[in-house]
Amino acid sequence: MNIVVCVKQVPDTYEEKKLSDADKTLDRESVEGVMNELDEYAVEEALRLKEAHGGEVTILTMGPEKAVETIRKALSMGADSAVHVVDPALHGSDALATSYALAKALGTIEHDLVILGVESTDARMSVIPAMLAERTGAAQLSFARKVEVDGSTVKIERQTDTGYDVVEAQTPAIVSVVEKINEPRYPSFKGIMAAKKKPLTTLTLADAGIEASNVGLSGSGTSVAEFAARPPKQAGTIVKDEGDGGVKLAEFLASQKII
Amino acid sequence: MPVERVLPSDEACELINLVRELARDELAPHAAAHEERAEFPRETVRLLGRAGLLGLAYPEEYGGGGMPYEVYLQVLEELASAWAAVALAVSVHTLSCYPVAAFGTDEQRKSFLPDMLGGELLGAYSLSEAMSGSDAGSLQARAKRDGDSYVLSGTKAWVTHGGTADYYNVFCRTSDDARGGVSTFLVPADADGLLPQAPERKMGLRSSPTAQIVLDNVRVPADRLIGNEGDGMRIALSALDGGRLGISAIATGLAQSALDAAVAWAKERQQFGQRIADFQGVSFLLADMATGIEAARAGYLAAARRRDTGLPYGPQAAMSKLFATDTAMRVTTDAVQVFGGYGYTTEYPVERYLREAKVMQIFEGTNQIQRLVIGRHLLSLR
Ligand SMILES: Cc1cc2nc3c(=O)[nH]c(=O)nc-3n(C[C@H](O)[C@H](O)[C@H](O)COP(=O)(O)OP(=O)(O)OC[C@H]3O[C@@H](n4cnc5c(N)ncnc54)[C@H](O)[C@@H]3O)c2cc1C
Repeated sequence: MNIVVCVKQVPDTYEEKKLSDADKTLDRESVEGVMNELDEYAVEEALRLKEAHGGEVTILTMGPEKAVETIRKALSMGADSAVHVVDPALHGSDALATSYALAKALGTIEHDLVILGVESTDARMSVIPAMLAERTGAAQLSFARKVEVDGSTVKIERQTDTGYDVVEAQTPAIVSVVEKINEPRYPSFKGIMAAKKKPLTTLTLADAGIEASNVGLSGSGTSVAEFAARPPKQAGTIVKDEGDGGVKLAEFLASQKII
Repeated sequence: MPVERVLPSDEACELINLVRELARDELAPHAAAHEERAEFPRETVRLLGRAGLLGLAYPEEYGGGGMPYEVYLQVLEELASAWAAVALAVSVHTLSCYPVAAFGTDEQRKSFLPDMLGGELLGAYSLSEAMSGSDAGSLQARAKRDGDSYVLSGTKAWVTHGGTADYYNVFCRTSDDARGGVSTFLVPADADGLLPQAPERKMGLRSSPTAQIVLDNVRVPADRLIGNEGDGMRIALSALDGGRLGISAIATGLAQSALDAAVAWAKERQQFGQRIADFQGVSFLLADMATGIEAARAGYLAAARRRDTGLPYGPQAAMSKLFATDTAMRVTTDAVQVFGGYGYTTEYPVERYLREAKVMQIFEGTNQIQRLVIGRHLLSLR
């Protein structure tokens, strides 16, 4: 079972994120980059499947040069190799354009299964898994909180608001995972050393057969028209309970159109 | 604030990043509660072991990390700034591997070290006794040769990881000669007659277990003797040179945490209509704390670099331990001062730092003994 894990570098969740004034895209240079948290669960699940069933785990990342740090982390956790799609023309790609580029890159890697996190902490759109499935024609198994593989059959427990559904498909399949699925391992020091020697392939647009007109700011179907900083926090309203606290709370919530 | 470090390689930088992540997510959130309950975090230490942190300073051929001491000590400092008792566990474990690594035969190294460095096991170093502390040469526990084995008897004291460790380096007397009569044994924890006693109830570092070990005719095969009969004192002291640098790094990390907390508080706390940090009386206190920490760090790194290049470093290790632990004591005391009354409560971590700093002036040779080592070294020159 050969598995590709799509991994994204995102701005450190502990830091404040900024949009750049010039082109209204996320400023990825000024903040520390980390592996998107849910992707750690995806990597962990892939490693567990590999440990149980054999095969190879390949990391696929689209992102600037700097994203190689995140690729290295995934390799130090235990993945076997990585493919990095990096090209200045990709800058500003929206979800649709990104899924196109990733699908093209996936075409260069032999695989049975693709695993990714259900969303990234920077954009939070949660659409890439579905778009990738559509573009590659692979079965879509989303919101997995458990994955089982038996030959070419992949069975997941799909997390729902009230419980879970059992969904099954044949490979090739695309599985998106929620954080309930496992507890990601830390890389080990030996893993860090070993990661340096693992194969890392860099693909430009041309290498992956990506049409420049379909990606980047100009190739994106959506764009940011305007943005503003979040207004500073207002002082809270203190409701003193003089026997009528409940009523006052309800009135407040109603005035905010919450109830 | 993360300390800006000058590291010798990319691997070292990545190692420190990994350690910071572990310290932030796995150590810092749990330290206070474990200290309160006096509960050793065995699983957390195992997690560090799996990450490779329990064998960093030993050769790769035996399963170690092959890192210079200069890097290993900075790892300890980072761990200590999140949880001193866990950093101590790593330091004592590293100390416990030293006798075999430095004095064992090839065969002993091959058969014992991979497991000891592998991360799953935890070691202890048992030199002190109730009546033999600073005067380590006066120890009374005995080892008698009996055919192909030795039989150990007596009571060891103050054993860090006593009752928790998987193996013990036990120093016992094989003859009555004060210095030349001590030998080192590597004893598995499950040996018959090795009886850990109830842990001591301590002022600080409560999540690090310390206990007496009764040796009730513990029989160990003769290949568990490390070095020759009579080498024990030399082995014990040379292991302590490295151990003292570990304590220096831990004291530095602890002091750094106290300073960070004090600076944050001084910027926040208002009196007389301004931040207390803006009173020169407070900022000079902070400046002296920071200066001490910087010098403590520079001191242990200078000694570590001597060790890494193969120069003798015993006196430097003693100076570093003396300076870093005295600094930690002063800095943690001053941190409580900066916090005022709040610092004296368990609401804030600085009172715990103060209690943790105190023991560092005592173990692995009291600071009086460090001065004695330094003094003797000066007199032996020329
Ligand atoms: C938490 C903790 C963990 C420990 N872990 C270990 C461990 O893992 N393994 C181990 O073997 N030991 C361990 N120890 C023991 C520790 O190393 C001893 O406590 C230490 O060496 C001091 O010995 P002592 O307590 O007997 O004090 P003493 O030697 O009785 O000293 C009492 C006082 O007299 C002073 N003094 C003694 N001799 C002189 C002198 N010649 N000149 C000037 N002053 C002197 C000392 O500095 C001290 O102030 C631990 C101790 C503690 C508290």
